Amino acid sequence: MSAEVNIPAKPAKKKDGLFSKKNRKVLSDPLDDNNPVTVQVLGICSALAVTTQVKPAIIMALGVIAVTAFSNLIIALIRNSIPGRIRMIVQLVVVAMLVTLVDQLLKAYMFDVSKKLSVFVGLIITNCIVMGRLEAFAMSQKPWPAFLDGIGNGLGYGLILVIVAVIREFFGSGSLLGFKLVPQWAYDHGYVNNGMMMLPPAALFIIGCFIWWQRSRNKKLINAS
Amino acid sequence: MHSNKYTFLFAIGISVITAILLAFAAEGLRPLQEANIKLDIKTSILRSIRETTTNRDTIEKIYAEKVEALVINSAGEVISDGHADEIVLKDEFAKPVADRQLPLYVFNESDSIQLYIIPMQGTGLWGPIYGYISIENDFNTVYGAFFSHKSETPGLGAEIAEKPFQDQFQGKKIMSADNFFISVRVVKKAAKTTFSNEHRVDGISGGTITSNGADQMLQKSIEPYLKYFDKLKNAS
Repeated sequence: MSAEVNIPAKPAKKKDGLFSKKNRKVLSDPLDDNNPVTVQVLGICSALAVTTQVKPAIIMALGVIAVTAFSNLIIALIRNSIPGRIRMIVQLVVVAMLVTLVDQLLKAYMFDVSKKLSVFVGLIITNCIVMGRLEAFAMSQKPWPAFLDGIGNGLGYGLILVIVAVIREFFGSGSLLGFKLVPQWAYDHGYVNNGMMMLPPAALFIIGCFIWWQRSRNKKLINAS
Repeated sequence: MHSNKYTFLFAIGISVITAILLAFAAEGLRPLQEANIKLDIKTSILRSIRETTTNRDTIEKIYAEKVEALVINSAGEVISDGHADEIVLKDEFAKPVADRQLPLYVFNESDSIQLYIIPMQGTGLWGPIYGYISIENDFNTVYGAFFSHKSETPGLGAEIAEKPFQDQFQGKKIMSADNFFISVRVVKKAAKTTFSNEHRVDGISGGTITSNGADQMLQKSIEPYLKYFDKLKNAS
């Protein structure tokens, strides 16, 4: 399935309000009907890697939201002057610049988190969600809807990341955001943290179950592929 | 279709703009990043003497008041007492032992109690592993140890960075009864007969290569300091 399934129709001639119905749909669509992770199956690599704990997952999600939103905005602003033959490279330059900025900011202000995320911040550059949205949406839309689309897709990605991280941290370490939730007496009575939750395959199973649940609930997605 | 000239100019233009932006960002944030890296080193050093606070001011305070950094060589001579921070451990380990500059951190709890903290550097399964080990002033008993790693597998090799593994080192001995260097060995439970209890800790199940890496790292990192320790022992 490609990233171009749900390109909204060309904007109407009359001016839309900032949060018109269509713009709201651009923002909310990626959260469920067109979720980048569970429906378009993009960005899985980092979803497996950074979801052992909730805090890095949240920071990673914020990083991706910032990158998708601002790369969409910048590309949409200069979309008419980008030469068609080098448009992918131009997109990549903009994305790489934003990702490097995020990485530098994390190293300066959230050093411990940046150590945990390590290479995965740099790998936002190759996150298919970012390039996918630039090609499919920002190249043909006005800056404001493109910005909203970026935030929406970043949120859709972040939502899955946080859900998976909550499940993995709770069952894998017995805590959430670093606070112990499973009491000591449970351990004394033989409760053991699930070691598999700490390994990447656990995220794959959780995302798989999530897709299953989402498709059984959302009729629009059935037989979509 | 845009002309070739336009395409080239556009490419050059966007490259220059992004390059300038990034240069300013990197330059502007560098002091903060370097401070973070320095703080990280100090935090790791204090972890090896069982000080687990993450509060920035407390760490700076303890470090400034009680930790002293020396540089020695493998013959046991003090080379200098200032630039230990500037030594890149990885580069030193690439040299033959005799040429190495060895940083040594001394924690002065009181006049009679000192802890000697040795930085360690080695290889795990996927990348470098490193750590600090603190020795009491009998130059034999391990007070504490701290390990970290670049990219070991979570749940397996990465367990060396967790408390249960590191706590095993407390109270172990690095010298045998007749004063030969044994180090603290990281071994499988099956190898228990080879080393007595005070010279070994349990390796990590499923993390054998990382465990062996830690074992090697301990031996190679501690050994060059022994001459210096001997001198101090004889002096007192």
